[in-house]
Amino acid sequence: MLEHAVDWHPVLLSLRVALIAVIVVVGLALPLARLFARREFFGKDVLEAAITLPLVLPPSVIGYGLLMLVGKNGVIGQFLDSLGITLVFTWWAAVLASTVVAFPLMYQSAMAAFKSVDVNYEKAARTLGAGETRVFLTVTLPLAWPGILAGLVLSFARALGEFGATLMVAGNIPGQTQTVPLAIYFAVESGDNVTAGRLVAIITVFSFAVVFWVNRWAKRHNRRDGE
Amino acid sequence: MLEASFGKKLWHFDLRVRLKVDSQIVVLQGPSGAGKTTALHCLAGLLQPSYGSIELDGTTLYSSLKGINIPARRRGVGYLFQDYALFPHMTVGQNVMYGFKSQKARTANGRLKPVDLLDAFGVGHLVHRYPGQLSGGEKQRVALVRALATQPKLLLLDEPLSALDSDTRARLRRELKHLQRVWRIPFILVTHDDEDARILGDVIIHLENGRTRQNAAAG
Repeated sequence: MLEHAVDWHPVLLSLRVALIAVIVVVGLALPLARLFARREFFGKDVLEAAITLPLVLPPSVIGYGLLMLVGKNGVIGQFLDSLGITLVFTWWAAVLASTVVAFPLMYQSAMAAFKSVDVNYEKAARTLGAGETRVFLTVTLPLAWPGILAGLVLSFARALGEFGATLMVAGNIPGQTQTVPLAIYFAVESGDNVTAGRLVAIITVFSFAVVFWVNRWAKRHNRRDGE
Repeated sequence: MLEASFGKKLWHFDLRVRLKVDSQIVVLQGPSGAGKTTALHCLAGLLQPSYGSIELDGTTLYSSLKGINIPARRRGVGYLFQDYALFPHMTVGQNVMYGFKSQKARTANGRLKPVDLLDAFGVGHLVHRYPGQLSGGEKQRVALVRALATQPKLLLLDEPLSALDSDTRARLRRELKHLQRVWRIPFILVTHDDEDARILGDVIIHLENGRTRQNAAAG
């Protein structure tokens, strides 16, 4: 068998896609979860079910839905087209797919984490002169942190592993939209087990390292709390 | 001087509170579910009453007529929570400094050092500990210091003694009484315990069927 160098492109692309997706997910899911965790309003149940939907739908359904929205003839797609922006079959479409599937995981974890924070801590902070932003940053967020961290790991893993929806909206363009899961699938399909094996090894070692580090960090963090 | 007369519609009854409190300890007594904590929350600004007015030292904190509702953070009302609500992720020192840091008047009130206050309460040696490492009595003192460090004009205490054993309880009763004489601000203390009410209260107010009924001063 011919020796060939590892193609790092899918790995770097996957990391970039997952990282951006997680940043977007955190930016959207944390404020929403914080809002929903403490407030009741009409239609909240319906909204929550809709938010959770990408978690239970098959990725191909999500891919189809995204194509309908951001494809050439989609509502958002046509608007973007008028601005000269094409989303489908670019790596940004892979970011979008990863964001949509990772969002419910972050939302659910953050929601549970925020709800687990005793409201009396927040009330105490208010009586001590803290405004809502300070209450959130110094009391709610640190106390909810273990759950949010779990959500971060879960949504990053989900974004990194996204396959079906990504394939449908971003395609499989080597060097452009081919993430690790796609590269592995198409390598195996074409009988290139060496490439597939290397990518599998890289992604497994990387994922293991992340989970290992996060677990250790969380352990240290808990010890510092003196509980 | 606190003057409050307000109502709060709750799902099962209408809570009505009328209070006129000078620098003294007022005990708010009643069975559980009578709305004692709700009354304190309204005074602190953690809940908005349905109607009425609350005035503290001539400042209107709440008035349904004038459309005033000062938020909790700017009321200058100290609150001791039933379970003390010490922030578990901060040390005793950080807990006590929390209210101090957010006060713009820090320099003006520079005389009062929270750490000195911890010493005065006999818990200065705990400054680097976390709340999870404290006993019930220690937690209560730290929570008191944290509330007083902001130099409140009124202190609300929600069942401050209920979580303690009887020895600590008797000691802290005396300390609270003494503390109020030193600080000379109104204390409003919620309890369901007759003995606490009798020993601590300058005035005892019963909260029954959602109404306040004021008794003669006990001492």
